[in-house]
Amino acid sequence: MSLRKTHELHQRRFSRNLGVGLTLAAFIVIIFGLTVVKVSGTDFSLATQEVQN
Amino acid sequence: MSDASINASTVRAKSHADEASFGDFFALLKPRVMSLVVFTALVGLLAAPVPVHPFVGFCAILFIAIGGGASGALNMWWDADIDRVMKRTKKRPIPAGKVDEGEALAIGLALSGLSVIMLGLATNWFAGAFLAFTIFFYVVIYTMWLKRSTPQNIVIGGAAGAFPPVIGWVAATGSMSLEPWLMFALTFMWTPPHFWALALFMRSDYDDAGVPMLTVTHGRRATRRHILVYTALLAALAVGTAFSGIGGSIYLTVAVVLNALFLRGAWQIARRTEDDAEADDFKVERSFFKLSLLYLFLHFGAILVEALLKPYGLGGWS
Repeated sequence: MSLRKTHELHQRRFSRNLGVGLTLAAFIVIIFGLTVVKVSGTDFSLATQEVQN
Repeated sequence: MSDASINASTVRAKSHADEASFGDFFALLKPRVMSLVVFTALVGLLAAPVPVHPFVGFCAILFIAIGGGASGALNMWWDADIDRVMKRTKKRPIPAGKVDEGEALAIGLALSGLSVIMLGLATNWFAGAFLAFTIFFYVVIYTMWLKRSTPQNIVIGGAAGAFPPVIGWVAATGSMSLEPWLMFALTFMWTPPHFWALALFMRSDYDDAGVPMLTVTHGRRATRRHILVYTALLAALAVGTAFSGIGGSIYLTVAVVLNALFLRGAWQIARRTEDDAEADDFKVERSFFKLSLLYLFLHFGAILVEALLKPYGLGGWS
């Protein structure tokens, strides 16, 4: 079975689709990174408390 | 070939040429304004006396920038009619026919909600609420209400552009103090001379669009005097900030030099007649406008340097 020829619309909107895809991927990375920092990182919050005290 | 098929192919060719790229949607967020928001918010965040995890700090700046961009998209949605008239804004995505007004509204609303929620989750809800208020102030108070109704539009509306360093500070500390408001006041007082100088040499733009800029409602002579008065008040504030918690000897040196230059420019603008300005194509007004960009960047840059040197026993007055 051969691959279907890419529709003209896909070529025309390639940059937009790529941009949206990369933006969504970056958003996932940010959510993951924030989760890791919030769950595991205590150094900075301790330092904050020390300054406030 | 029938008339119908000719018309159909013409319409298709036009719609293909006008189809928005990702860059057109990004342009809705006013990237150049966003760069100012990023920089001043970053200074607010780093000047705060509380350490922030680098990744949380990065996210805070990103979401503040997205919030600023969202308000830019909503501004373009509301102002599409006057953007079509003004030479400076004619190439924006909506007047250029690349993006529909409805798309700009949807993107603006979606990114506003996303940025506020994400900033609240990443840092604290005080910062999130502050960002929401800033978007509201820029879109509703400035764009929808003041911009077209009062010549003081730039003065009061300038507050919206002055909030980012306060949001950055609140994101780091979760509380408020005098220093972020000094950074707010610096940007707030800088905005009128900056935009009035622009209005002096881009005069037909605001006239054509019917935006009640001071140049249109009170005349160009009065605008020149206003620039001088605001610059004098700004200079006092900028130099006075050197003796606060975010100031220091480096900041003081930068502030004295820049404010001397800025005052000299404002004095020259106030003394010039329209004939003088026409004769050299608004050379003084143009150079004052360029200096104003450098002015804000270097003041915030000096605050940043003072903050970065503090851990090494340098910076500040201690």
